[in-house]
Amino acid sequence: MSPKSPQSSPATGASPASGTVDLATEFLDRSTPLGRVRNLLHRYPALSPGIVLIVSLIVFGIVSPRFFFANNLSLITQQVAVVGTLAIAQTLVILTAGIDLSVGAIMVLSSLVIAQTASQNHVPAVLALVLGLLVGLAAGALNGVLVTRLKLPPFIVTLGTLNVFLALSLLYSNSASVIGQDIPALITNTGNTFSVGGIGITYGVVIMLVLYIVMAFIMTQTPWGRHVYAVGDDKESARLAGISVNRVLLSVYVAAGAILAIGAWIQIGRADAASPNAGTDLNLDSITAVVIGGTSLFGGRGTIWGSLLGALIVGVFRNGLALAGLDVLYQTLAVGVLIIVAVSLDQWIRKARN
Amino acid sequence: MDSKGTQLTIAEDTRPGSTLPFTQPVLQAKRLVKTYGKVVGLDGVDLELFQGEVLAVIGDNGAGKSTLIKCLTGAEVPDTGELWLNGRRVQFRRPQDAKHFGIETVYQGLAVSPALDIASNLYLGREIRRRGFAGTVLRMMDTKLMRANAKRELDRLGISTLQDVTVAIENLSGGQRQAVAVARAAAFGSKVVILDEPTAALGVRESGQVLDLIRRLRDEGIPVILVSHNMPQVFEVADRIHIQRLGKRAAVITPTSHSMTDAVAIMTGASSG
Repeated sequence: MSPKSPQSSPATGASPASGTVDLATEFLDRSTPLGRVRNLLHRYPALSPGIVLIVSLIVFGIVSPRFFFANNLSLITQQVAVVGTLAIAQTLVILTAGIDLSVGAIMVLSSLVIAQTASQNHVPAVLALVLGLLVGLAAGALNGVLVTRLKLPPFIVTLGTLNVFLALSLLYSNSASVIGQDIPALITNTGNTFSVGGIGITYGVVIMLVLYIVMAFIMTQTPWGRHVYAVGDDKESARLAGISVNRVLLSVYVAAGAILAIGAWIQIGRADAASPNAGTDLNLDSITAVVIGGTSLFGGRGTIWGSLLGALIVGVFRNGLALAGLDVLYQTLAVGVLIIVAVSLDQWIRKARN
Repeated sequence: MDSKGTQLTIAEDTRPGSTLPFTQPVLQAKRLVKTYGKVVGLDGVDLELFQGEVLAVIGDNGAGKSTLIKCLTGAEVPDTGELWLNGRRVQFRRPQDAKHFGIETVYQGLAVSPALDIASNLYLGREIRRRGFAGTVLRMMDTKLMRANAKRELDRLGISTLQDVTVAIENLSGGQRQAVAVARAAAFGSKVVILDEPTAALGVRESGQVLDLIRRLRDEGIPVILVSHNMPQVFEVADRIHIQRLGKRAAVITPTSHSMTDAVAIMTGASSG
């Protein structure tokens, strides 16, 4: 019973006295090549989708000579623009360990408000876009309030609002589309192209890329971005660190709503119309892009750029398989396999830590 | 349990630096009462924490340890009683209030964000932004400065096992994670650090690292309140031991004046000190 005797202090042998311990050798498995790959993939979540994209570009380029034709590359970027934009919003929500099933519905509702107010109510184009943005913000805020105040799981909340927003879209539009020629040029301009090295790029693609740059900056460089990661990683420890978890969650859904409204603008240009039936596949496509892009469905891990890579991978696969003359069902099959592979890879990478 | 218990406190005689004339406690609780319906959590508890000491709080389950700590950290609001910090009366309604006054708490379990790196965890919730346009308008964080500060802070606390502050927490051992949690509480000019069962989830070697760190904090002049079930650890590291029993302070002892058996006897009511 002499607890203060020196030998009862195991610490002296362990920490400062023994000098520095190299974390890498002690806690990271660098013993095998596979372990090293796993660590690398863990540290850079956008690495695996990046490699998949490059490999698929090379393979499809070899299989079909037309793949690298300027107009084909132009087509791929246009096909990716809307899903890519929705994927940004989806990434934000998934990083908080949530999921947003209503992204497509919010985009459709917003696009109908923009198109209808501009064409039938003769609201100036800029004001119509602002109204669309407000609708997006309000829809996002509704999701956010339901998630934070009623403490409902995001899956259930957005499953409900998905139906609410789609019904509102149909009611508001009387189930009718607004065609492009009725809509002011400023709004449909997002579908117009300009040429970069012979490849036609639409203004919608440019807007999407700007959104990626802005959101990637916010997520990596600002306290808010870091708090989003912290909340998705571990809510309780984020709260104990003094982060207002509910405020962060609410702001994520509102920001997602704003991004979806911009997506609505791009969609009107791409389709040269606003249709209540446009967004049916977009929910799952946006989740697909985020997951293939290396963002974990468990929250806290992933990058904004990964989702662009994910959207591009899906676009390239669909386009490449179509050029190779395969039936459209094989495209769907390939995307399904990609999702399972991506999630399995995520699990394998995370297992390195236990 | 009766009025005898409170008379047995010998805080004045045992406080560190007792060669000096009367020193003011850094943190003082006076007659804290907290009831939950008919259940009495705290029944008029006093507590004094002096500069440069480790005060252990021990007690059986249900003795009011957690309630006492929660009242000190703002997680619970006492029904009556007063809290004094450096001679000023303070009131905490939320954990944030206590934080604001420099009382930092390391909670049971490992309350750090696994996917974020060490520097990000140290600065989580209080990120430093850059100066000028980048910081005020673009709201950019000063990652470089935060990393440099984090490194310096870890060196100051003698946590030499954490060399690279850009390593994610999930790559650390349990002891190192706890070290990060303690460092976060101790950094940035905190006045009091409260540790709730900091070694509960750790092995022997790792517990030793954390105890070293607690001594280090004391030597740096930060007083520490340590809540623990582990008697050998308490006797190894504490300067004074506050024994809680049935919602009251049963006694304050020191590891030199009493043995572990004595402490257990007081805890269980077999002896009154």
